[in-house]
Amino acid sequence: MSAPRFALGATVRIAERTPPVHHRVPSYAKGQVGRIVRVCHEHGLPEAYIRGDGRPFQRLYRVRLDQKALWRDYAGAAGDTLDIEIFEPWLEPAE
Amino acid sequence: MTSDHPHDPGHDHDHARTFQPDLSEPTSDAALIGVALRRLMIERGVYSAEEERATIERMAGANPGNGARIVARAWSDPAFKERLLADGAEAIKELGYDLSPLEFTVLENTDRLHNVVVCTLCSCYPRALLGQSPAWYKSKNYRARVVREPRAVLAEFGVALADDVEVRVHDSTAELRYMILPQRPAGTEGLDEADLAALVTRDSLIGTQRDLTPKDPAAR
Repeated sequence: MSAPRFALGATVRIAERTPPVHHRVPSYAKGQVGRIVRVCHEHGLPEAYIRGDGRPFQRLYRVRLDQKALWRDYAGAAGDTLDIEIFEPWLEPAE
Repeated sequence: MTSDHPHDPGHDHDHARTFQPDLSEPTSDAALIGVALRRLMIERGVYSAEEERATIERMAGANPGNGARIVARAWSDPAFKERLLADGAEAIKELGYDLSPLEFTVLENTDRLHNVVVCTLCSCYPRALLGQSPAWYKSKNYRARVVREPRAVLAEFGVALADDVEVRVHDSTAELRYMILPQRPAGTEGLDEADLAALVTRDSLIGTQRDLTPKDPAAR
């Protein structure tokens, strides 16, 4: 177990990349900036399972995104949000 | 229809209507690989046919009643609710449920917040606890739309929300599984946990229903 790189409340950017293997970051979330709302446990990284057992396990986070920033034509209220699970290698610090 | 007539053409009952459809034989490559894999696993002793049968039976026995029981406990016991929201996976062990290594995560609805769950990439769902997910949960329509127009989708389920109620969509993309803790309906102060659990619906645990209705006392 390694210490989480990001703390609760940290602002992060979800990486914008498309590895040519199975991964679990939906395209709508790539490149988006959000904040950490839950530091989860370490789990096998989906793209690492193609080599075997997914190790080394990676820290998982819940990241909160603002709907108005996510969808240009979002028709809901300004405060609406979306929470998504993202592994640490997909996150970078952001302003 | 009578059963004592000689079986000759011209009688009036309809065999097509009483015929039971059989399970279809696997024909696609994917289905055949599944059949072969299962046979190999059993032959090699990775698991036994009896273990498989028992597992399927246990999975098939899971149902939304388990979630309702957890909700009723949370409504009745504030300390349990606090533990449930902090670490759902640990808290539900108190009631005999274990979803590990999945991180069971409970999200509370409030007057100002409505939560709804989706798995945009496939159909992740706390199946071992709540049983099979509804067909619409797995549909591309729901998965694609509820993330970008949640209020429109919720309205189709009969959930109308004022603008000052935040809608929070939870996309189940990895190792967490979600359940909503709906709001306890007014007028249920005197109910015990079993009666409270009877008010909780499957859809309210997913977030496509918001208001639960106390049953009419006269009807109980």
